[in-house]
Amino acid sequence: MKLALKRIGFLVVVLGIWQLVYSVGIFEDIVFPSPIKVGEALYEGFADGDFIHALGASFRHLFMGLSLAILFGTIIGVLLGKSKQADETAGMYLIALQSIPSIVWVPLAIMLFGFSEFAVVFVVVLGGTFVMALNVRTAIHSVPPQLVRAARTMGTKGIPLFFRVEIPSSVPYFMTGIRLAWAFSWRALMAGELLSNGPGLGYSLRYAQDYARMDQVVAIIIIIGVIGAVVDQVVFSKLEKNVRKRWGLMKS
Amino acid sequence: MDQVGKTFQDEDNRSFEVFSNIDLTIEENQFVSLLGPSGCGKSTLLSMVAGLEDVTTGSIKLEGKDIKTAGPDRGMVFQQPSLFPWLDVKENVLFPLKGQWSKQEAEDRADRFLQMVHLSRFKKNYIHELSGGMQQRVAIARALAMDPKVLLMDEPFGALDEQTRHILHEELMKIWHETQKTILFVTHSIQEAIKLSDRVIVMGTRPGRVIADFDINLPRPRKRENENVIQLERKVMTLLEGEINKVLKEELSHEVSP
Repeated sequence: MKLALKRIGFLVVVLGIWQLVYSVGIFEDIVFPSPIKVGEALYEGFADGDFIHALGASFRHLFMGLSLAILFGTIIGVLLGKSKQADETAGMYLIALQSIPSIVWVPLAIMLFGFSEFAVVFVVVLGGTFVMALNVRTAIHSVPPQLVRAARTMGTKGIPLFFRVEIPSSVPYFMTGIRLAWAFSWRALMAGELLSNGPGLGYSLRYAQDYARMDQVVAIIIIIGVIGAVVDQVVFSKLEKNVRKRWGLMKS
Repeated sequence: MDQVGKTFQDEDNRSFEVFSNIDLTIEENQFVSLLGPSGCGKSTLLSMVAGLEDVTTGSIKLEGKDIKTAGPDRGMVFQQPSLFPWLDVKENVLFPLKGQWSKQEAEDRADRFLQMVHLSRFKKNYIHELSGGMQQRVAIARALAMDPKVLLMDEPFGALDEQTRHILHEELMKIWHETQKTILFVTHSIQEAIKLSDRVIVMGTRPGRVIADFDINLPRPRKRENENVIQLERKVMTLLEGEINKVLKEELSHEVSP
């Protein structure tokens, strides 16, 4: 309870400073909205369904993109993890690809697929795939050899060994991979939508900017941040923690 | 074992012979210890029996059949328990039984062997909830449940504290009496070997070879204070002293020459 109080207190202080800066009038009203106006924009956006509509579209893109990213990432990761040949050939490039910010892919996506929703999904897929692949590769590499030896003395080898030992042993890294893939995909999604023709939260953001509705811009930024934090904390961190506990990687 | 030899190739293709020409025959139902200083290749030899390491020269036979790969006819217990953390205790014991036994039989066997190691109460616990000694008992139950012809144990109690080790020695003796398994036990502890085994094979190092092989016919349980036990310990100690010094000297000389 004390924790919640501390956090709320901090938020109040931030809002206070914000209001203070607004009241002093350093910036013009049109570029620096007050917290109250942003609150109103948030309320209106949800009340008339604009934000809900945009969020729905964004989540649709994210869901498609992230699913594909996890699928492709897992395939690439398993391939690189299992085959030394493949890893030596392509492993380096994977790290290079992973370090490319996803917004860089947007022009390419638009040229290839036009201003379509598919272009956005494409960027999301690229955003998540590489980090997923890297984590799956690490997962396969970090299967304790001791467990493999033990399984072999019990007559387990080949494909059963892969499914009964290597895969379950990889689950904690796999979970980390999914969490990171989500985080990267979420960023990629916003980058993609910002330059798309909608619908989506990123598109709404640019739309609001075009019409100089800074209250809406800030409101959307808040939504993006809140969703990012909530999904990470409520879904992925919890899932990852439970898995790590069960696998004995963390003291309970 | 017939003329067994092992040579490792290092990265520069220089070969390093761990041991060669080891001849051993192990009788059924016996408890045999392989005793020796580190580097004598006793664990390597055991891994070869398990089928985890290839045999470079010679051959190892189990009941007349050549050992080529690992298989469930030889159960192995490692120094680390090597249990699967994503399975609970019972599922770990069931792991080697899946597909080999009918479901009901597998369940019964798992229950029976967990009872034998006194862990029935912990069936549903996960591995990280157990102490090191308990984990090792699960590993023993798992190896026995698949009904191997030989039980191979690679310093199974080496990572445990003194008291736990003591308790597990007694449990192992009981289990051995009940199951009548042939046990091949690797250890560097002279006391442990003498306390448990029917026969002790003492190995020397550089090159690895058998330097002594004797039966122990003392009644069990063997107490450390027993006159005969002390005598035996001394005998083995003198045998090994030279070997241990050899290892020490070599390790120290590495230290000096950069």
